[in-house]
Amino acid sequence: MNNTLANTEKKTAYILTLPAVLLVFSIILFPIFANIWISFKEVELKDIRIPEPRAKKIVKSISNEPSKIKILYKLRNSSLIQEIRDVSFQDNFPKNFEIANLDSRCSYEKYNLKCEFGNWPAKYRENFQVVFETNDGSKIDKKNLKSIKPKLDGKSDNILLNTNFTLKNFKKVLFENEFVDLLLTTFYYTFFGTVGSIVFGILTAQMVNQKFYGRTFMRSVLLFPYVAPVVALAYTWELLLDPNSGTLNSLLLNYQIIETPINLLGQKYIEISILGFDFKLRLALTTVIMFEIWRYFPLAFLFILARLQAIPKELYEAADVDGASPFQKFFNITLPQITAVISILFMIRFIWNFNKFEDVFLLTGGASGTRTLPINVYQQGFAISDIGMGSAVSIVIVVLLLMFMFFYFKLLGKRVDEN
Amino acid sequence: MRTKNTILFSLISTFFLIFLISIWKILATLQGLSINSFNIEIIFIFGFLISLAHLGIGDRIKSIYKSIIFSSIFVFCDGYLIQKLPIWYNVGVFLILYFFTNKISKYTFIGLKEEHSTQVILFDFLTLFGILFFSFVILFPFYMMLVTSFKTQIALLVNPLDFSINFGQDIKDLFKSYFVIFKSYKFGKYIVTSTIVSVGTVIITLLFAIPAAYAVARLNFFGKTFLSTSILIIYMFPAIVLVIPLYTIFSQLGLRNSIEGLLIVYTATTLPVAIYMLQGYFKSIPKELEEAAILDKLSWFGIITKIIIPLSIPAISSVALYVFMIAWNEFLFSLMFLDNPNSFTLSRAIQYLSGDAETPRQYLMAGSVVVTLPVLFIFVYFEKYLVSGLTAGSVKG
Repeated sequence: MNNTLANTEKKTAYILTLPAVLLVFSIILFPIFANIWISFKEVELKDIRIPEPRAKKIVKSISNEPSKIKILYKLRNSSLIQEIRDVSFQDNFPKNFEIANLDSRCSYEKYNLKCEFGNWPAKYRENFQVVFETNDGSKIDKKNLKSIKPKLDGKSDNILLNTNFTLKNFKKVLFENEFVDLLLTTFYYTFFGTVGSIVFGILTAQMVNQKFYGRTFMRSVLLFPYVAPVVALAYTWELLLDPNSGTLNSLLLNYQIIETPINLLGQKYIEISILGFDFKLRLALTTVIMFEIWRYFPLAFLFILARLQAIPKELYEAADVDGASPFQKFFNITLPQITAVISILFMIRFIWNFNKFEDVFLLTGGASGTRTLPINVYQQGFAISDIGMGSAVSIVIVVLLLMFMFFYFKLLGKRVDEN
Repeated sequence: MRTKNTILFSLISTFFLIFLISIWKILATLQGLSINSFNIEIIFIFGFLISLAHLGIGDRIKSIYKSIIFSSIFVFCDGYLIQKLPIWYNVGVFLILYFFTNKISKYTFIGLKEEHSTQVILFDFLTLFGILFFSFVILFPFYMMLVTSFKTQIALLVNPLDFSINFGQDIKDLFKSYFVIFKSYKFGKYIVTSTIVSVGTVIITLLFAIPAAYAVARLNFFGKTFLSTSILIIYMFPAIVLVIPLYTIFSQLGLRNSIEGLLIVYTATTLPVAIYMLQGYFKSIPKELEEAAILDKLSWFGIITKIIIPLSIPAISSVALYVFMIAWNEFLFSLMFLDNPNSFTLSRAIQYLSGDAETPRQYLMAGSVVVTLPVLFIFVYFEKYLVSGLTAGSVKG
C-alpha cells in the first residue's frame, strides 16, 4: 500500500515537473551543448540558412486564344553556396485543364503536374514554361490559377549536421584577436563594476536605514535604475554625455570647468597627472563602469538594507551605553553583520557583470576600448558573421563561468557548514 | 575643543549648503537661466557666517524668525546684489536656506561639547547629503529623458541648456514627438507586441512554474535535489552564451521574427527564477491543509487549484510582476531574433530608431519615456510585492 502511494507521488511529481524541465533543458541546456558542437566548425552566418528550391509562378494569357494559357515558373536555388539534390515539383490545376506541351522531366496525371528536376547547383536558375488548354473552351480564371502555389522539395546538406570539425576557431580566439586585452577589459569592467555597486549599496542602505521623512519614497527612487528598461537608460546617458550637444559637457563648458568638450564614451584613454605621475585612464571603459554601477547598486542596496534591518537593536543600544562613536558602531557592529551578504552579493554580481552584454553594447557598441567577452561573441557572430568564432568565444565564457561558480559554491558550502 | 568643534560644524554645514545651492543652480541653468558660475566662495563665506551666527544667537530669538532672517539676508545678497535673477529662482534659494537653517537649528554650543559630537554631525550631514546626492544622481537622467521629449531639435540647437517647457503652447506642439513616434514610427504596434509578449510570458511561465514548484516543494521523487540545484545553476547562466545556438536553430525552424519564438525563450529564461521563488513560498504553507484534501480524494490538480493557488496569491503576483518586468525590459533576444520592423518589441524599436543617425533625439527620448513609464508605474504601485520578488529573484539581470 505504502509502496503504491510513493509510486503515485513519484509519477505525479514527474508529470508536474516535466513541462518546465523539458522547456528549460531544450532552450537553455541544449544550446550550451550546441555551442560546443558549433564552436568546432567553420560556419558563417550565411551557411545556416537551409537551401530551398523556390518557384515563382507567372500566369500569362496568349493573345487571340482565350482557351489557352501559358504558365511560367521562375525556378531557383535560394542558396548561393550549396546544391540541392533530387528536386521534385508539384502543382495542381482545375478539372478542365489539358496540357499542351509536356516537358520530358514531367508527368501530368489527374490534373496534377509532377516534375523531377534532378540536382540544382548553387545559384541555379531556370525559366520553366508550360502551356495549358481548357478542354471545354471556357474562359480561364487567372487569379484562381495564380492562387494555387506549387510545392517544391529537395534534399540538401545541413552544414551544421555534418561531421567536419576544426580547431581553427579556438586557435583564433586564444592566440589572435588580442585575447589578453579582451580578458583584461572584461575583468576591469566586472571587478570595478561589482565593487563600485557594492560600495554604493552599503552607503545607500546605511542611509535609508536611518529614520527620515520620505524614507519609503527614497527606497523606491533608489530602485528606479534597476527596474527601468536598459534601452531607455542607455540612450539617456548617451544623450547626457554626448560631446557635441550633451547636457553634461554643455554644463561643464557653461561653468568654465572645462575648455573643450570631453568625449566620455568615445575616447579610449585620457592622460591624468597626479603628483607628477602621468596616468592613462581608460576613459570610455570608466564611463561604462559608472553606468554599470549606477544601474546595479540598487540591488546591493536592497540586499544590504534587508540585512541591516535584521540586526538586533540591542547591539546598538549596548554600544551607546559603552559610549561608542557612530563610526565605531559602523565598523564594529554594522560591517561584521553584513559581510556575509556582501560576499554573496560579490559573487553573484561578479558572475552577472562578467556576462553583461546590453549595457556596453548600447552605450559604446564595444568601441574605444570597451570590448568585453560578451560583446566579442556578438561581434564575431553577427558583425563579422562568423558563427563558429562566436560560439568559440561563448565556450570560453562558459568555462570561465564554471570556474567562478565552482569557487562560489565552494564558498557557499563553507558558509553553510559554519552556520 | 569647543572652538575646534564649532569650526568643524560650520565647515560641514557650509559644504552641505554649497551642495544644495549648486544643485539648485544646475537645475536653474537647465531652465535657460544664464548662470555662469557657482559663486562658491561667496556661498562659502555666507554659509560659514550663518552657521556661526546661528550658534552665537542660540535661543535668544525664536528659531523660525532666525531662519527667516538668515534666509532673507542670503537671498538679498545672492539674488539682488551679486546677480539679478528671476523671482522663482530666489524663492527656491529662500526655501533651500530655510530648510538648511532648520536643519542646523538643533545644534547648539552645549551640544558641541558632548563626546563624539563632530562625528555625530558628520554622520547626520552625510546622511542628508547622501539622500540628496543619490536622489539627484538617479532622478536627473529620468528628468532629462522627460524634458528632452518635449523640446524641438531647433530649440535645443539654439540653447542646449534650455530645457524649460513652454506650457503655453498648443498641446499638439507640446506632445509633437509623441504624435510623431506613434504615427510615423508605429509605436502603437510595438506597444501591443511588447504587451502580448510580456503578458504571454507571465501566463505561460506561471502555468509551467506552479506545478513544478509544487512538486519540488512537496513531493518526494528521484532527482529532486538534482532538479533544485540545477534550477539554481541554470539561472546563473547568461543569455549571451545561448544566443548563437538559439539563433541558428530558430533560423532553421523559421521561428525568428515571430512572437512565438520570443515567448518560448522568455519563458525558458524566467522559469528557473519563478520556480525558485514559488517553491520557497509553497513550503511555508501548512501541510495539514493538503492532507485534509487528500482525505477528501482531491487530485493533485484539485490541490493546486483549490488550495495552493488561493493561499499563495501574494507570491504568485510577485512572481508575475517580476516576470513581466523582465520580459518587458528584455533586450538581447529581441535584438537577435527580430529584424523585421513588423515584429519589433518596444526596446528593439527604440534601438532601431537610434541606429538611424538622422533620428532627432527628442523622438528617441519620447520612445524611452513610453517604454519606461509602464514599468515605473507598475513598480511604484506594486512596490511591496516587487521588492520581495527582487530580493528572492536576487540575481537576474
